[in-house]
Amino acid sequence: MRLIVNKIFLSLSVFSALIGLAFLAWILVTLFIKGLGSFHFGLFLNDLIDGGLRNLIVGQFILAGLASIIGIPLGMAAGIYIQEYGRGRYPSIIRDLSDIMMSAPSIVIGAFVYAVIVVPTGGTSGYAGAIALAIMMIPVVINTTDNMLSLVPKELREAGIALGASKYRVILDIVIKAAKVGIMTGILLAFARIIGETAPLLFTSETSNYFSLDLSESFPSLTVSIYDLANEPEESSRDLAWAASFILTVLVLIINLTGRFFTRHKD
Amino acid sequence: MPVMNIKNFSFTYPKVDHPSLKNITLPIMKDKITALIGPSGCGKSTLLRSMNRIHDVYPGNKYDGKIELLDLETGKMNNILEIKKENELIKLRQQVGMIFQKPTPFPMSIFENVAYGLKIAGLKNKTELADRVEQALKDGALWKEVHDRLGKSAMGLSGGQQQRLCIARAVAVKPEVLLFDEPTSALDPISTGAIEELLVELKKDVSIAIVTHNMQQASRISDYTAFMYLGDLIEYDKTETIFLNPKEKTTEDYITGRFG
Repeated sequence: MRLIVNKIFLSLSVFSALIGLAFLAWILVTLFIKGLGSFHFGLFLNDLIDGGLRNLIVGQFILAGLASIIGIPLGMAAGIYIQEYGRGRYPSIIRDLSDIMMSAPSIVIGAFVYAVIVVPTGGTSGYAGAIALAIMMIPVVINTTDNMLSLVPKELREAGIALGASKYRVILDIVIKAAKVGIMTGILLAFARIIGETAPLLFTSETSNYFSLDLSESFPSLTVSIYDLANEPEESSRDLAWAASFILTVLVLIINLTGRFFTRHKD
Repeated sequence: MPVMNIKNFSFTYPKVDHPSLKNITLPIMKDKITALIGPSGCGKSTLLRSMNRIHDVYPGNKYDGKIELLDLETGKMNNILEIKKENELIKLRQQVGMIFQKPTPFPMSIFENVAYGLKIAGLKNKTELADRVEQALKDGALWKEVHDRLGKSAMGLSGGQQQRLCIARAVAVKPEVLLFDEPTSALDPISTGAIEELLVELKKDVSIAIVTHNMQQASRISDYTAFMYLGDLIEYDKTETIFLNPKEKTTEDYITGRFG
């Protein structure tokens, strides 16, 4: 009897896993067929106004890069505070808040930044978009830093203190070094997450058909343009959207795999 | 001559009513090895961890009584429990080093590990740094094994080598006292033997207090032994006396393996 129940559960779980994988394969195959069909290297040379994607790809990286410059130091500092300095109930309050932030729908964050930055400053801008992405990123970085630092044995901290190092030196020289690989992997995965976000950018940076480095104006974004292009009636726009989705997916995949590569080759 | 004098010392962990150490009075003699023995939970590690105030990493502990440390320059005994300033605590830890149960190499090269304490103490001169590191590794009986790979990560060393690296790292800053918290309990017998030899060698220059679970180890290497039980110091004497002719019945029962 136990053997039969075991077999039933095993086949059920294998079946569920297969369903999940089948959908993933379906998405990827569709994306590759449609995307590769309209992919050509000219996409990297022209801006959207000339039927290419160059300005969008550059713009997306600038937005995500600026978000990282804001989000990584803040997130790491908060993570270090929680794990190394926080006393009493503050660390757990911050941890809970960060978990809530992490599960907040991205469109809500977009709407929030729209309300507190876009409206007062009088229009969409690259800065607003980067801030929205940074808000997406911060809780992930907090979580990673917190978790990775918690894995560093307390004896290592004590050994540093026992050698006459001050607390901040121990954290900077020893603890963070010991947790470096894990934190870097987490940051990379956080970056992979925000580079594919659409909703936080929809009302904040919007997108632009032209190449731009001026972050105070609406800023070119690959994801928002995919959203716009997919809603266009012309076949050519939708093809471009497929090509853009294909490029985006490959980029995210590469970043993710790099992150995983780091985790696997930890030592 | 004592390098440390523990007087009527009591210690209470945070959020606990009763003290874990009660009214301990004990000298740590200069350039000798003092072993702290006793069953688990007797407070021997707690006492050892008070001697460099490493307890202070976690707030809320309560110290009573005195722990005096000899200042080699002035010859005065200073109560380390009165230290409040961070930079004086740092100085204390440079005077009183510590080696832990599990080896704790830092995630850096072998050289950087040994140089770390010297660097934070302010030594910048590269040649002097290299000399001190070499000397410390020789003192730690590790130089022969690692001299050709000082730039390699310390994490690649064996457990016994890592522990000797930690000793070299602690010796490098020239402390007065070294505290060992069961330094060999995570090591194999050969590595243990090497470390015991090393301790006997080191006591020429530094006073040693060692917590050990291993009574043979205490009798092999120590000059003085303190037997502790349930937070009390039961007996302190020359190691020979403790092992061959203890005054207290509890000591004798523990030594002969009747409990513990």
